[in-house]
Amino acid sequence: MTLTPRRRRRIIRVAGYVVFALAIVGFIAAADWGRLSDAFFRSDVAGSMFPEAITVALRNTILYTLLAFVFGLTLGLVLALMRLSSILPYRWFATAYIELFRGLPSLLVLFMVGYGVPLAFPDREIPGGVYGSVTVGLGLTAAAYMAETIRAGIQAVPKGQLEAARTLGMSHPRAMISIVLPQAFRIVIPPLTNEIILLTKDTSLVYVLGVTSTTIELTKFAGDTLNTKVNPTPLVVAGLLYLVITLPLSQLVRGLERRAARER
Amino acid sequence: MPAIEIEALHKSFGRLEVLRGIDLTVEPGEVVCVIGPSGSGKSTLLRCVNLLEEPTSGTIRLAGVEVTDPDCDIDAVRKGVGMVFQQFNLFGHLTVRENVTIAQRRVLKRSRAEADRIATENLDRVGLADKAAAYPAQLSGGQQQRVAIARSLAMEPQLMLFDEPTSALDPELVGEVLAVMRGLVADGMTMLVVTHEMAFAREVASRVVFMDDGLIVEQGPPAELFGQPREERTRAFLHRVLEPTQVSESEIGAHLTD
Ligand SMILES: Nc1ncnc2c1ncn2[C@@H]1O[C@H](COP(=O)(O)OP(=O)(O)OP(=O)(O)O)[C@@H](O)[C@H]1O
Ligand SMILES: [Mg+2]
Repeated sequence: MTLTPRRRRRIIRVAGYVVFALAIVGFIAAADWGRLSDAFFRSDVAGSMFPEAITVALRNTILYTLLAFVFGLTLGLVLALMRLSSILPYRWFATAYIELFRGLPSLLVLFMVGYGVPLAFPDREIPGGVYGSVTVGLGLTAAAYMAETIRAGIQAVPKGQLEAARTLGMSHPRAMISIVLPQAFRIVIPPLTNEIILLTKDTSLVYVLGVTSTTIELTKFAGDTLNTKVNPTPLVVAGLLYLVITLPLSQLVRGLERRAARER
Repeated sequence: MPAIEIEALHKSFGRLEVLRGIDLTVEPGEVVCVIGPSGSGKSTLLRCVNLLEEPTSGTIRLAGVEVTDPDCDIDAVRKGVGMVFQQFNLFGHLTVRENVTIAQRRVLKRSRAEADRIATENLDRVGLADKAAAYPAQLSGGQQQRVAIARSLAMEPQLMLFDEPTSALDPELVGEVLAVMRGLVADGMTMLVVTHEMAFAREVASRVVFMDDGLIVEQGPPAELFGQPREERTRAFLHRVLEPTQVSESEIGAHLTD
């Protein structure tokens, strides 16, 4: 029997699948599942976490994410417009801001907002307690990323759109609001949704601000339970709850990107 | 009072001088077609008229209003000057009806009912009343350009500028756009049209302007300019455009190699 090129390609492909499957099966078989499930899948420990895991921890995680996202989106839009402004100092400021906050770890920014702002303005405080501090602390960093995304979105709208709007007598701000920004946001919805996913995970840093039993979020909640129960099952529960938020979002991003590709 | 009065217009992009002293007057009701080779500054001239490009020097008056005056309210002037682009530039996120109503509503502050009524009238005029609910992406190029014309007309302009309105169209779609434009001519609209459609210019223009290298080389009634061009450059251009299969290798500077 001769080995035609087609037959040879098929044999190589099947061999690849077999090696891949064996590696996974081997990896799973090698793990000590008994000990693993004793440690990570204890139903009594998991059960003790509910309903607070959802009514408090998951709720706060979502709340922190949304607050920081709205703050970051608003500030990001302002920064993007400054970045594209014809006024040089605005461009400088926006560029400096974006470079600075993209270069700093979120943890550090959160820390500085939580502890630096009260020192700088002793008579004032960010309204909303921890919620306010998280909004600003995570939102400042998110704004830097979103500003770049939104700027790219605005620039992706063909110049003729603005020209047509101006030709019809619209002022520049009116043309931006009615014509350019709606199309820019349509373009950046998938990357902005990705930003929500990143923010969701960054809320796990909120513990540095010192949270209480009512402001606690998923990671801190899992860590505390781990300490009291001396068992890591809470980490698995927290992980699954994060996926409850992030998996639908990434599914959404994919759907949106597919739709955008179709409309091209 | 002339609809357009251009005096000593200069325009440079950096060191490139694109318009080198243009004088042009368009009277109300005139249809002036601008022809000329690629890069001669036709689009730039048109875009200076409604200040999409800022002139480097010179004055432009539209119906007596000097738009080159720094204190001129250009948004107010533009309300009365329609412009149709080569690439249509319909608003992609809006339906055909919304494309035609948005400036009526936002700029002229018309009520929704009135804007809708005027939109329907103008869509009817360009033969697209049945497409009001469609999005631009669902239309052919010719249909999009007709919507763009309706969008301008809904503002009830005194003057329309066209920048090669049929150049981005498949050949079989050119006719429908020219038909709409011919209708405007019949209604007495004042028009300044940059075009490569020589047959159209010959038929409808009151005057044809030939531009080359940032200057108006010659202008006159179409019969004269096409029939007995005075300038050698005009003659050479018309020869290339009207008889493209007759252009010889020596005319384009090609050398036979052996
Ligand atoms: N925004 C700009 N910046 C720099 N150069 C420009 C700009 N717009 C036009 N030009 C240049 O000015 C010259 C004239 O351009 P213009 O578009 O007015 O020519 P045109 O006569 O309309 O040509 P076409 O028939 O190809 O449309 C060209 O050399 C072009 O590259
Ligand atoms: Mg042009």
